[in-house]
Amino acid sequence: MTAKKASTAVGRAPWILVGPFLLLFLLTFVLPIIVAIGQSFTTVTRAGLFGEQGVTTGFAWFENYRIALEDGNFVASIWRMLLFGVVQVPVMIVAATVLALLLESASARWPGFFRATYFLPYGIPGVIATILWSFLYVPGLSPIIDLTETLFGFTPDFLGAGTVLWSIANIVTWTYAGYNMLIIVAQLKAIPPEMYEAARVDGAGPWRTAWSIQLPLIRPALVLTTVFSIIGTLQLFAEPQLLMSVSPAIDSQYTPNLSAYTTAFAYNDYNVAAAQSVLIALVAFALSFLFLRLTNRSSR
Amino acid sequence: MTAAVSTALQRTDPTDVPAATPGGRRRRPATTILVTGILAVVAIYFLVPVYWVVVAASKTTDDLFGTNGFWFGNSFALFDNLAAVLTYGNGVFIRWFANSVLYAGVGGLIATYLAAAGGYALAKYQFRGRNLIFGLVLGGVLVPGTATALPLFLLFSQLGLANTYWSVLIPSLVSPFGFFLCRIYADATVDTSLVEAARIDGAGELRIFHTLGLRIMTPALVTVFLFQIVGIWNNYFLPLVMLSDQDLYPITLGLNNWNSQTDRLPEFYELTTGGVLLSVIPLAVAMIVLQRFWRGGLTEGAVKA
Repeated sequence: MTAKKASTAVGRAPWILVGPFLLLFLLTFVLPIIVAIGQSFTTVTRAGLFGEQGVTTGFAWFENYRIALEDGNFVASIWRMLLFGVVQVPVMIVAATVLALLLESASARWPGFFRATYFLPYGIPGVIATILWSFLYVPGLSPIIDLTETLFGFTPDFLGAGTVLWSIANIVTWTYAGYNMLIIVAQLKAIPPEMYEAARVDGAGPWRTAWSIQLPLIRPALVLTTVFSIIGTLQLFAEPQLLMSVSPAIDSQYTPNLSAYTTAFAYNDYNVAAAQSVLIALVAFALSFLFLRLTNRSSR
Repeated sequence: MTAAVSTALQRTDPTDVPAATPGGRRRRPATTILVTGILAVVAIYFLVPVYWVVVAASKTTDDLFGTNGFWFGNSFALFDNLAAVLTYGNGVFIRWFANSVLYAGVGGLIATYLAAAGGYALAKYQFRGRNLIFGLVLGGVLVPGTATALPLFLLFSQLGLANTYWSVLIPSLVSPFGFFLCRIYADATVDTSLVEAARIDGAGELRIFHTLGLRIMTPALVTVFLFQIVGIWNNYFLPLVMLSDQDLYPITLGLNNWNSQTDRLPEFYELTTGGVLLSVIPLAVAMIVLQRFWRGGLTEGAVKA
């Protein structure tokens, strides 16, 4: 093999290796995003009563965005998700952190068993988790409601207008707390033993060690899990969609994603649905970015 | 970052390193009881729904509504219920299950291979457009999956791919997160001098990747594969948007279909609880067995961010 031939082979190789991935990535990520943005700026006008005289498309400027943002239910669904996130994400991350610290403390017995148990729900699809929990929420079927009735004479309403959001929060927390815990545990294990050694020599107790050594060092894991949770919150779909059939408090625009789905498939208005999808992604980006900025600033 | 990765790599099984626990000091019995007690109570929370479905799947519909949900009923109908699940509609449940295995298995395998090849190429070659590709894919990690599902449906409709196996399979072949992880891992572990040595021995570039690269990257590939499998298996929005033919449904869509019929036809309660039980068992076993493999890769992803 001559030197020239070898160098062209080296030049070609990365493209052969990355090519298939890149092609599929362009097809399934980049192209849909371009299509969505294009659709969101397009308007479809149907001539005649049922569009029988042909369909014309035109550039709509921000018309679809105006329609999306003037839809009070859609905007309300975004606010609802913000409220949900402000409560559910911190509760879940704090719970995951506490569980991880307890599991990694010398005081825990059978840490392997508990870790596997907490992680188990992550393998259960959101749809199936929701079916499971909905059976525990529905009056007449729920043993939890039976239990509180006999013990305290109190009938909780898990599916009412004021409570169903938190019943959904419970399902989400149940599914993802163990997964987030595992990410934190992985980072806790990466802390070099000498750090603990030094803390002990300095006379730090378990609280002090957790606060001054472990928490600062697992910070990247906490930031990562929080950002993924924020993105996940704005995508909420399966849980409310399934609970709709048992809870009258959930309408077809309860979450932003449900709203976009309804607009697309119930109203067949793909252009406004595209605008809604773009808005959801933008809000997710903005919140992730804001959070990363805040955490970066406070670390300096 | 690189230092953290190599620490994680050196320690093959960090669980059993006692010095890694913050204590190292003697256990105090009172604290042990308290901590283990708290962990046990939390474990009950995570297990209650699973326990409930085991009990519920053993009941007839009458018992399901008439007896205490946390204990077995008067009848023991578990095997009748499971038989009903497996035979209903000419064994459509088995078909859904097989579809899920197909989507997750094939999707997971190919996605892992493509992510490995791409990540390796970016880590081990200097070429034009390399940073652009990396930036683009990194952006892809943060794009909400559901945001692309709707436009993807419009695109696939025009290509005549909507409502086919391909419509769910093709998007499952791409894992931006896996690509990202493979690049970091290949950067840290695949030694450039080793690649050079193989070149001098006359090995072709693709052969070096397949024999050397893939073998060294195996721990990261296991993580990527598991992530992708769970991601595809749990996906609901994409198949919901894409598929209308029940024969193509994955298990999530199928069970949702049964569940939505319970308010009109109560016998679907037995089918739904039995079906949920059957679909949870393999996943629960897989999670418990595979839980050990998740650690290494997760650290790297976490440390980088």
